[in-house]
Amino acid sequence: MKNRITTLFDSKKKDILSVFYTAGFPKLEDTVSIASHLERAGADIIEIGIPFSDPVADGPTIQASNKVALDNGMTVKKLLAQVKEIRKTVKLPIILMGYLNPVMQYGVEKFVEDAAAAGVDGLILPDMPVYEFEELYKDVFRKHNMCNTFLISPTTSDDRIRRIDGMTEGFIYAVSASSTTGAKKDFSEEQVSYFQKLSALKLKNPILIGFGISDQATFSKASSYGAGAIVGSAFITRLSSSKDLSADISTFVKSLKGK
Amino acid sequence: MKYEVDHRGYYGQFGGAYIPEMLYPNVEELRNNYLNIITDESFQKAFHQLLKDYVGRPTPLFFANRLSEKYKAKIYLKREDLCHTGAHKVNNTIGQILLAQRLGKKKIIAETGAGQHGVATATVCALMGMECVVYMGQVDMERQRPNVERMRILGAKVVPATSGNMTLKDATNEAMRHWINNPSDTHYIIGSVVGPHPYPDMVARFQSVISDEMRKQLTETIGNPFPDYVFACVGGGSNAAGAFYHYLDSEHVNLVGVEAAGKGVSSGESAATTALGKPGVLHGSKTLLMQTEDGQVVEPYSISAGLDYPGIGPIHAHLFDTGRVKFVSATDDEAMNAGIELSRLEGIIPAIESAHAVAVLNQFEFDPDDVVVINLSGRGDKDLETYIRWGKY
Ligand SMILES: Cc1ncc(COP(=O)(O)O)c(C=O)c1O
Repeated sequence: MKNRITTLFDSKKKDILSVFYTAGFPKLEDTVSIASHLERAGADIIEIGIPFSDPVADGPTIQASNKVALDNGMTVKKLLAQVKEIRKTVKLPIILMGYLNPVMQYGVEKFVEDAAAAGVDGLILPDMPVYEFEELYKDVFRKHNMCNTFLISPTTSDDRIRRIDGMTEGFIYAVSASSTTGAKKDFSEEQVSYFQKLSALKLKNPILIGFGISDQATFSKASSYGAGAIVGSAFITRLSSSKDLSADISTFVKSLKGK
Repeated sequence: MKYEVDHRGYYGQFGGAYIPEMLYPNVEELRNNYLNIITDESFQKAFHQLLKDYVGRPTPLFFANRLSEKYKAKIYLKREDLCHTGAHKVNNTIGQILLAQRLGKKKIIAETGAGQHGVATATVCALMGMECVVYMGQVDMERQRPNVERMRILGAKVVPATSGNMTLKDATNEAMRHWINNPSDTHYIIGSVVGPHPYPDMVARFQSVISDEMRKQLTETIGNPFPDYVFACVGGGSNAAGAFYHYLDSEHVNLVGVEAAGKGVSSGESAATTALGKPGVLHGSKTLLMQTEDGQVVEPYSISAGLDYPGIGPIHAHLFDTGRVKFVSATDDEAMNAGIELSRLEGIIPAIESAHAVAVLNQFEFDPDDVVVINLSGRGDKDLETYIRWGKY
């Protein structure tokens, strides 16, 4: 079977919306229903965070959701079982994103294999060094038809961006600012010129812009420079106050897309 | 040197730089420059001048007569407690602030557990006129209050870390987040041999002045540079790395790292990483880490804030793995008793961290001629409240 991520990017070039949420949050079993609500609401990619005790790249919103998820009893094994459950109905690409340590304890090779079997299309492991992927894991990812996404940030050099582009299957995750995760109101001129630089680099992989996307304005601005954008903290904030996940997710996705 | 870091930042299987991309340029800048800068003659001159005139080095190697009688060996104390600011931590902060200046950085951040590293950082920032922000777990702010006020007097801003157990690990998380959000003008002075490469190697080099002096001082007093044993407590492992450094290749010198067992290694309230940890990744390096089967970091516990950390530096994970260093542990009670004992026998009130290194002497059978050096990493002033609460004196 073709990878759902590459299939998506082959057919859709603009306004791709990837929505991130933390597995096991707000309630342990919500991982599954949130995914199907997102598909129904019109998201393009589902990105599920593997909770970790020490999420150093995350701001307060995602930190708090990690803690709640772990207190709820979320584990890597439970998450893989939930993905299987999601796959019974959901056709969208599914990406798991998490810190390396829980994946390392599971065993990276075994994790890639089991995640692929559960129906996962891509992984984002922000603290896995590029050389480690290249030397140890590239073949395992390929064997299981698993995309691997690296992050780039405004301080990443052009040379390094090209090297990362060369190793990537799927898409590149461009962090909008050198910052931890968190919703912001608007982009600065500096950020916009960074987005412009990225699109001028004409990379082989499409780019999704993430960190700081919170509403229709930031989503459409980010999308205009890349293939689309990733929203996380703003969605998690919405989930934490939700009394009706189905209705609120539908409203949230529609408000981002502006239709 | 056999136990040196390799060109990619590993000690055997441990070390490396496991960091999100947002930190990559900062860490890369350090990696590309640290060796050139710190081996440069003018840097070395400035570093050693400050160690001498400002820190008060060399610190004495003191023959502890009554302690020697009790444990039936020739016991020397390496008096890092006499360093300016009260602990070995300042050796590293002097080195790193000189490095930060040469990298053109304007602001300094740090994490701290016991507050000794925070004080040592605030001190060198005052000395150099640089802005200083120190992250400290809220729990540690309470148990090491005098150090919080010292940092404030020195002009540093102390920011409480309120996640997790609110101790050293959480303060380190917050400092890393700060660095991610302030990538260009800020240098992060890490306080131990932890963090992504090149930090462990850099900090070990700055602290290696301890064993460099030890070998000179021993040559003067006993006629050769080699003791039979060196003992040091291990939190992240910077004082131990410094005390072991120049003896690592001299395999006849027994090196002993002492971890904090808290309420007992199997009590569930401990910080004895080599006994309880497995290889994992935290704070930028692969090392031994106390964690659950699912890879979540376990909250450590020790009465001593400076040892209350779920990992150890990757160099120590490797020294443990290879058997070069023997790791043992002391409980809260054993450390407190040893602190009182050292006070009574030698007139030296040690930091509770350092008291752990004294507390394990009775686990060893020495020859009466054995030369034993205990690295007394810090003084007990900051711990008075803990001693008072302990009360058994
Ligand atoms: C006096 C003293 N000794 C030891 C330590 C532990 O650190 P390390 O293991 O890096 O020497 C600390 C840390 O705060 C300390 O203050």
